[in-house]
Amino acid sequence: MGHVRAVDDLLVHLLNALLYASVLFLIAGGLSLIYGVMRIVNLAHGNLYAVGAYATAWAVGRALGSGQPSLTLYLLLPVGAITAAALGAILEPTLLRPLYKRAEEYQLLITFGLLLILEDLLRLIFGPYPLSASGLYETVGSLSIGDSVYPGYNLVVVVVGGIAAAALWALIYKTKFGVILRATSQDMRMASALGVNVNRVYMQAFTLGCFMAGLGGAIIVPEQGAVLGMGVDALILAFVVVVIGGLGSLEGALLGALMVGIVREFGIAFFPEVELAILYFMAAVVLLIRPAGLLGRPV
Amino acid sequence: MSPSIASRKRALFCAVPIGVVLFFLPLVIAPYQVTLLAYGLIFAIAALGFNLLLGYTGLLSFGHSAYFGMGAYAVAFVVKYLNITSMEVFLLGGTLASATIAALFGFLCVRYTRIFFGILTMALSQVLWSLAFKFYWFTGGSDGLRVPTPSLLGVAIPEGQDKMIFLAHRYYYYVLVIFLVGVAVMWIIVHSPFGKTLQAIRDNETRAEFVGVQVWRYRWIAFVVSGIYTGLAGTLWVPLNGLTTPDILHWTFSGKIVFFTVLGGFQTFVGPIIGGVVYNYLETYAVGYTVYWQMVLGVVLVLLVLILPAGIAGTAGRLVPKLRRAA
Amino acid sequence: MILLETKSLAKCFGDMQAVNHVNFSVAQGELLALIGSNGAGKTTLVNLISGLIHPDSGTILFQGADVTATSVHDRIRAGIARSFQLVTVFDQLGALDNVELAIFSRDAKTRRLFSLASSDQAVRDEAYEVLREFGLEDKASQAAGGLSQGERKLLDVAVAYALRPKLLFLDEPTSGVSTREKAPIMDIITSIVRSGKITAVVIEHDMDIVFRYSDRIVVMHEGAILADGTPDEIRRNEQVTTTLIGTSAPDDSGMESHA
Repeated sequence: MGHVRAVDDLLVHLLNALLYASVLFLIAGGLSLIYGVMRIVNLAHGNLYAVGAYATAWAVGRALGSGQPSLTLYLLLPVGAITAAALGAILEPTLLRPLYKRAEEYQLLITFGLLLILEDLLRLIFGPYPLSASGLYETVGSLSIGDSVYPGYNLVVVVVGGIAAAALWALIYKTKFGVILRATSQDMRMASALGVNVNRVYMQAFTLGCFMAGLGGAIIVPEQGAVLGMGVDALILAFVVVVIGGLGSLEGALLGALMVGIVREFGIAFFPEVELAILYFMAAVVLLIRPAGLLGRPV
Repeated sequence: MSPSIASRKRALFCAVPIGVVLFFLPLVIAPYQVTLLAYGLIFAIAALGFNLLLGYTGLLSFGHSAYFGMGAYAVAFVVKYLNITSMEVFLLGGTLASATIAALFGFLCVRYTRIFFGILTMALSQVLWSLAFKFYWFTGGSDGLRVPTPSLLGVAIPEGQDKMIFLAHRYYYYVLVIFLVGVAVMWIIVHSPFGKTLQAIRDNETRAEFVGVQVWRYRWIAFVVSGIYTGLAGTLWVPLNGLTTPDILHWTFSGKIVFFTVLGGFQTFVGPIIGGVVYNYLETYAVGYTVYWQMVLGVVLVLLVLILPAGIAGTAGRLVPKLRRAA
Repeated sequence: MILLETKSLAKCFGDMQAVNHVNFSVAQGELLALIGSNGAGKTTLVNLISGLIHPDSGTILFQGADVTATSVHDRIRAGIARSFQLVTVFDQLGALDNVELAIFSRDAKTRRLFSLASSDQAVRDEAYEVLREFGLEDKASQAAGGLSQGERKLLDVAVAYALRPKLLFLDEPTSGVSTREKAPIMDIITSIVRSGKITAVVIEHDMDIVFRYSDRIVVMHEGAILADGTPDEIRRNEQVTTTLIGTSAPDDSGMESHA
């Protein structure tokens, strides 16, 4: 009896870990993609995740308020991703492009300024209180795992995460756009000499990275709501993921996300006091023995 | 930035009048204003330390709140757990604490540069912040810890004296002296062989390596010195503030340090000093106008980067020859 | 006396064998020119010897001691220095500062935090001396970034020279420099070598310069040494002239190079 229970619990924990990993993959993957192609780290990347969350929560709230049937609400999930992508498409040419020729510090400074702006902008637009999209969360119902009841929505998140990873892989390795992306990321000058419009590729890569972050926010918001400060919390975790997995590598982001997801989930379940510390410790260990990350290219 | 005898004279020529002014100000302005200036000088010390890394070594840290906070919390722990309220012991404890943390964090961070360095420093300071919350029984959690006015050079605040008077006079002068000494020492450091080595590392890391410099070692030393200065600022700050909370360990405070250094101009020696003082006044007066103060900071930072990367001091430095020519 | 020797030194980059089991040696006091077409492996060889990269196999012996696994820092201390093809000087520091830094580093004075660099008169004097040898003494207080390309190249060499190395590698010291500035650079380098102060290995593409100034020429091709000898021997070596230079060899009248 106890044995079966343990398996059920294990399954629940595993699903939770995958849930977390899905969202982390989207955020960290976006960050890694942008860095891989453009050699830029956007310190405001977490805020784009927050924008995705807030935009979706707001849209869902409005739709529920006007009595839309719940399933069409799913169509609103992309709202967050698209808003973040649109924001990215505006930001790249205005704030980042002027700095490509300058020292990298300026890029960090400007994206830091952007982080400050977005934090307060979200508060300005959406107010200081959390926004929720839990209406959506409830519509999927739940399934039973042994004695426990597991929210069906969480599985949706995991599935979306899996689809995103597969779609991204296909995009990068199986399409012409992917070839251009990879060429530009390996040797920007060479790609440019071969006729690639590097500015356009940069903008597309940046937009795609922001889309991923926004999607991460959009799919998680029904489960945990949108609160101020979520952007920076997500950023720090995304950094842990890319440190472990390797900055610039999508496979690394996936591996790192899975590892962080599992450690966090089992950490919270069994060692809640030190869960965060274990994560940081893991990151520190990876940094010391393999500074480029487990799957990253040498820095 | 190589000082000949002439530029050394020029430096003194500017510094002495300013020093004199700073000495006589408390006699002519209100006590509240004096304490404001004290805060400004404290931020200037923090910025000076921060800029050793940024302007002179080329490393942009987003985690300097860790050292400011360590300096401040060390003071609070000395009060709470050792029951001592001597400013000198505060200084000793604060310096040791921030030096230790800077040595540790620096060791982890200086193997990396630029982006990774920035990320790591930010993450490490966030670890410290979250520890301040987690171990709330030790650190006072979000309420923080109170710190009473300390005795300065063995002399405690007289019975019944208004705290504000004490802060605006004895404590202000204490801060001022430390500030002036700190500035002088930092000036020597950046013009020393060590300082030149840092600048070489900033300009061309590989070439520095090939001149026989063990780059990461120098970066590490710079990191520790930088941490000590910022920690010193934290130590001086907390008796003035009366209280220390986890806020000063948060990344937003690191951001403020970055901001006012860039505002003042990170490519000059005096830029950070100006930035620290100016920022303090900006924050004090503007915070009353809007709750979206962070956004204002962000916009100003973006504008600074795009239009005025040299900051106040750098831009002024460039304007002065132009004005002279025009006149 | 053989100052430096490599034994079967090899380095691959992916599929490409950049340096193919090379046995290379430098005798004390000579000015050796290392030539070859682009991609022949010259810079890689210098990178391996100076410590920028590590070989896949083989050994490097400097003054008889095995330095293959040592760090850049150790090699500098042992007496190997180099300048770079893409000029690397410390742009925001003055020319004098640049040279002083090398001297401070050499004398292990760079750890001094609490004394002014300008107060060390001995170092300052020596730095001025070096600048004078390189003809840069009136640019002493100018920021290195503001000098002409030729001056920056000279400064790069001066900084390496100020380390008083035993063996100095110069990677294309006259490339990107105007024609009239080339000869002065080589004259200075030659005079330093002749005065017995250092041994120099120069990577060069300008054949005119190579044949006029060097004691010995080593020709590399596709990662291996093709020929090794005096300028006359190399000039007469048909394999070399057809591989590198085309069908006509340069003579003493200073013909234009084809490289």
